[in-house]
Amino acid sequence: MSVTTSSSLPSEALTAGQLPKHTAIAMLVVAVAITAGVLALFGAAGPASIIIVGALLFLVAMFALSGAVEGIRKAKDRMARYVVTGFFIIALFPLVSLIWQTIAKGLERMDAQFFSYSMRNVIGEGGGAVHAIWGTLIVTGIAGLISVPIGLFTAIYLVEYSGRGRLAAAIRFFVDVMTGIPSIVAGLFAYTLFSFVFGPGTNSGFAGAIALSVLMIPTVVRSVEEMLRLVPNELREASYALGVPKWRTIAKVVLPTALAGIVTGVVLSVARVIGETAPLLVTAGITSSLNVNPFADPMATLPVFVYYQYITPGVPQDPFYARAWAGALTLILIVMGLNAIGRLIAWKFAPKTGR
Amino acid sequence: MSTTDAEATTSQPNDTTDDLTSLRHSRRRFGDKVFKGISSGSGTLILVILAAVATFLVGLSIPALTADAEDLQYGEFWSYALPFAFGTVWAATLAMVFAVPVAIGIALFISHYAPRRLAQGLGYIIDLLAAVPSVVFGLWGINTLAPMMRPLYVWLADNFGELPVLGWFFTGPVSGTGRTILTAALVLAVMVLPIITAISREVFLQTPRLHEEASLALGATRWEMIRQAVLPFGTPGIVSACMLGLGRALGETMAIAMVLSPAAVIHFELLTSSNPNTIAGNIALAFPEAFGLGINQLIATGLVLFIITLAVNMTARWVLSRRKEFSGAN
Repeated sequence: MSVTTSSSLPSEALTAGQLPKHTAIAMLVVAVAITAGVLALFGAAGPASIIIVGALLFLVAMFALSGAVEGIRKAKDRMARYVVTGFFIIALFPLVSLIWQTIAKGLERMDAQFFSYSMRNVIGEGGGAVHAIWGTLIVTGIAGLISVPIGLFTAIYLVEYSGRGRLAAAIRFFVDVMTGIPSIVAGLFAYTLFSFVFGPGTNSGFAGAIALSVLMIPTVVRSVEEMLRLVPNELREASYALGVPKWRTIAKVVLPTALAGIVTGVVLSVARVIGETAPLLVTAGITSSLNVNPFADPMATLPVFVYYQYITPGVPQDPFYARAWAGALTLILIVMGLNAIGRLIAWKFAPKTGR
Repeated sequence: MSTTDAEATTSQPNDTTDDLTSLRHSRRRFGDKVFKGISSGSGTLILVILAAVATFLVGLSIPALTADAEDLQYGEFWSYALPFAFGTVWAATLAMVFAVPVAIGIALFISHYAPRRLAQGLGYIIDLLAAVPSVVFGLWGINTLAPMMRPLYVWLADNFGELPVLGWFFTGPVSGTGRTILTAALVLAVMVLPIITAISREVFLQTPRLHEEASLALGATRWEMIRQAVLPFGTPGIVSACMLGLGRALGETMAIAMVLSPAAVIHFELLTSSNPNTIAGNIALAFPEAFGLGINQLIATGLVLFIITLAVNMTARWVLSRRKEFSGAN
């Protein structure tokens, strides 16, 4: 045992009172092996129970061993390290499991038909999500067209025009408040707005776009504001010194300098709203046909398509579930792709901040 | 700020020469006016939008609150809304119980334990969780997590279901599908995890270097250093991160609507098949079938949700802004 070996060393040795380097790994293996053996004796061995009980046994044993050899303070330090590392591994589980499941079940229907057919007149097998993909692109595109200018100019106002005015303080505060609006409430807002204007029960892609804009504007404002603040003041001053008016300074100096960051922020905020389901459920609704007119009639979108395919399957159920998973995989691919593009732009064109 | 200085000097009235006056009123200044108008206009527009959200929600909620109970699709409003309000708070609380310790642990792992070269990449991995659409989380919860957790639920009900206090939570019969509020809360916990982790990580990384080094120089172990320097510095940040996560958990719709097998009940049982639904989940499930005043009732529950999340978020921002005042520790 390591206890006897370390205590038999002369006390002047540098490694005195320390556990050998690979004790923890050895202990982990031993703990899991013992747990597996004991649980097998009771007939309760399963991968989950072995890992959970084994990890607990490892923590207890390691604490006892380290406490005896290294002292209680080092033992606590070790515990903190193992627990924190363990938490990280726990968090990886849902991510890996989710992505694995989606890929495994989604690949079944990721075929040409899925991307070229709508659900019009489809009862069982076959069919596709082309109407939902178009709907998602149209709704998100309109939401972007509404939110990006508003968000961009608000950020310009906050950074360039009113540093600490009362209006700016109010805008900042309410942008923060807006970030916290539950997505379903944004959907209800758009629904009520359109009920007022066009009569109750109106579903349209444009209403969905309004709902998404409410969610998208604050993220655009925040990220653009952050980027504009990174632009060094010397650039602005140099421009003023040359007699350039303020608006041209902003348009020709400040915005181009921050362009990469702004594009990244916009792409990431699009990625955030493109997967929103709840607001589109109450505004854009669902249809089984392709509808490219955002101003009339319900418009299917990918998240809502996934939801309805899974929640209200027909008979037989399997084709509906398969379409739901394929839709989910498509959605994940779009969102992760947008995230990757955003980070790539940020990484490639990032201004040197001197840090 | 030098930008405001520049503006102030150009607009000072004491430059009386004709050249400057003409310059000031030239067309170039007109461009400035337009640009400033557009900018402050869109800023104001945001305030208008938020006011519109509040007005429309309140305006359409009033019929549901004032009409007779017989005329309402779902009966008297408050007795209809109360179980959902309870379910909202209860599910979010459970989610926070799971998410907060794990999120803080992960944030500490990334900021102070992981090898420096890997730290940023590991942060991105956790951020990936935030990129997954909520409807996919719902699919995963119903398909993978619920069946996986069911054996554990059976075990919990068998061992703790009869005990005096724990019995309130773990009493049987266990749901056959595993689609209980505990599963829904676990899915919610996974969804709020990246938010809390991201903010806490930022705050931990801002801990003054000198505080950490002073602690280590006095012979503290890494954990003691974290308890002495990092956590006290980061506490307000953690609190507001948790509040923001709580705001997200309160308003999350799809995970609840898909995972939970809902009922309109008020109890603390975690494992049975009758679970208190949340406001957001109920709106998503009931909205397609609602008509007439029923829609107004659902909008009124949405208003209740809006007020709850607003209160939580405002508290979070307030705590965070207070922190700025005395974060000049370095």
